[in-house]
Amino acid sequence: MYEFEFERPGSISDAVAALKTDEAQALGGGQTLIPTMKQRLANPAKLVSLTGIGEMQGVCVEDDGALTIGGATPHAVVAEKAAASYPALAALAGNIGDPAVRNRGTIGGSLANNDPSACYPAAALASGAVIVTNAREIPADDYFQGMFATALEEGEIITSVRFPVPRAANYQKFDQAASRFALVGVFVARFDDGVRVAVTGASEDGVFRWSEAEAALGSDFSAAALDGLALPADGMIGDLHGTPEYRAHLAAVLTRRAVQAAA
Amino acid sequence: MPQVAMTVNGKPARGEVEGRTLLSSFLRDNLGLTGTHVGCDTSQCGACVVHVDGKDVKACTMFALEAEGAQVDTIEGQAGADGSLNVIQQAFQDHHGLQCGFCTPGMVMTAAALLKETPKPSEAEIRDYLEGNICRCTGYHNIVKAILAASGQDAGAIAAE
Ligand SMILES: Cc1cc2nc3c(=O)[nH]c(=O)nc-3n(C[C@H](O)[C@H](O)[C@H](O)COP(=O)(O)OP(=O)(O)OC[C@H]3O[C@@H](n4cnc5c(N)ncnc54)[C@H](O)[C@@H]3O)c2cc1C
Ligand code: FES
Ligand code: FES
Repeated sequence: MYEFEFERPGSISDAVAALKTDEAQALGGGQTLIPTMKQRLANPAKLVSLTGIGEMQGVCVEDDGALTIGGATPHAVVAEKAAASYPALAALAGNIGDPAVRNRGTIGGSLANNDPSACYPAAALASGAVIVTNAREIPADDYFQGMFATALEEGEIITSVRFPVPRAANYQKFDQAASRFALVGVFVARFDDGVRVAVTGASEDGVFRWSEAEAALGSDFSAAALDGLALPADGMIGDLHGTPEYRAHLAAVLTRRAVQAAA
Repeated sequence: MPQVAMTVNGKPARGEVEGRTLLSSFLRDNLGLTGTHVGCDTSQCGACVVHVDGKDVKACTMFALEAEGAQVDTIEGQAGADGSLNVIQQAFQDHHGLQCGFCTPGMVMTAAALLKETPKPSEAEIRDYLEGNICRCTGYHNIVKAILAASGQDAGAIAAE
């Protein structure tokens, strides 16, 4: 790994200022960035650690029932602190990677990275979450822009994420046993005014909504409502772990399971 | 070079590090605490697990400067001052929970974190918690047995294969 300058500011404004320098990059839990730097696939001149910023930590329930999670909150804290208010989200966080990864990895880092097989993007998209940065608020529908691509600008940091809490929800993850990421994962969220279904791990364009399933489930929230619906294999990821056809099939199976578990 | 100061196994520790110095390198190279093993150096194997402020983390995937002011516990702090093994270490010995021993420091530190959270884990909970700890020798069975025994449960109750 190449040498870099290290800063650990105590506030969002100091972090934003520190990130203004050329080649500066934010450091969340480092569970993706440190391995990437070891491979020299990232070579920042300066790392600005977000782990010392108190105002970016923690989970709280707003007056309108929405759940706000600080951008530097580790997965293990979400698993514990969101368990009562948003159990499906807490379960997802509690099943990311392994315990040591969950103690360091953060929600902001996961959403900024937008790995096509990551779990949080499915939760954020299915919940209709709002990604709050130091500069603006970005609805999840506009935030995810393809594999590893997001609406974030250079130097912009995710300070918190606001999740509307659905009436019922469930996340089904089919583990890729070697990486511990999702081979395919499906998050189903049922709100009073409709159902949202987000699929991760499957598409070459990253996380996406399955609108046909959403429409079918909107009028009848049952696994039977999905009968006859299939996702095209076109544009799905194909690698040694699974063909595009396999992933398309798996996404449909996991959607049924998520609906059954949420119903 | 930046200075870093932390408490390691109850004693103050400080040293000069680079930004890129990993916690695992600081423990091994600066402090000579080579019980924290580096197996993969890619965040996969868990041989480097230590506790930072009571939480199990991979020391190869954290910068030493991130542990500024923290309480760090490593395998060297597990045995008593007289060298007597703690309950988890003793159970690993009694149940043959190790062969080459390379993964063992990480296994013991991970088991310690599990038992603090869940004092009487089921076999399934133990296997789930060990998801990030890889052992090339034992087949895990005797590790699971050792942790069951360390939690005061009957290790004989789990199937023998
Ligand atoms: C063994 C292993 C298993 C894993 N399994 C899973 C899994 O099952 N599911 C899953 O979803 N993930 C998994 N992960 C990834 C893990 O969740 C990471 O923690 C996460 O992807 C990145 O979060 P981080 O806080 O570690 O970010 P970092 O690694 O610190 O940063 C990642 C990127 O995000 C940027 N960044 C960090 N924080 C912010 C912020 N607040 N605002 C803006 N940009 C920011 C960084 O500059 C960098 O580009 C796994 C990782 C490992 C090592
Ligand atoms: S050496 Fe740290 S996880 Fe393998
Ligand atoms: S005992 Fe050899 S790797 Fe576990």
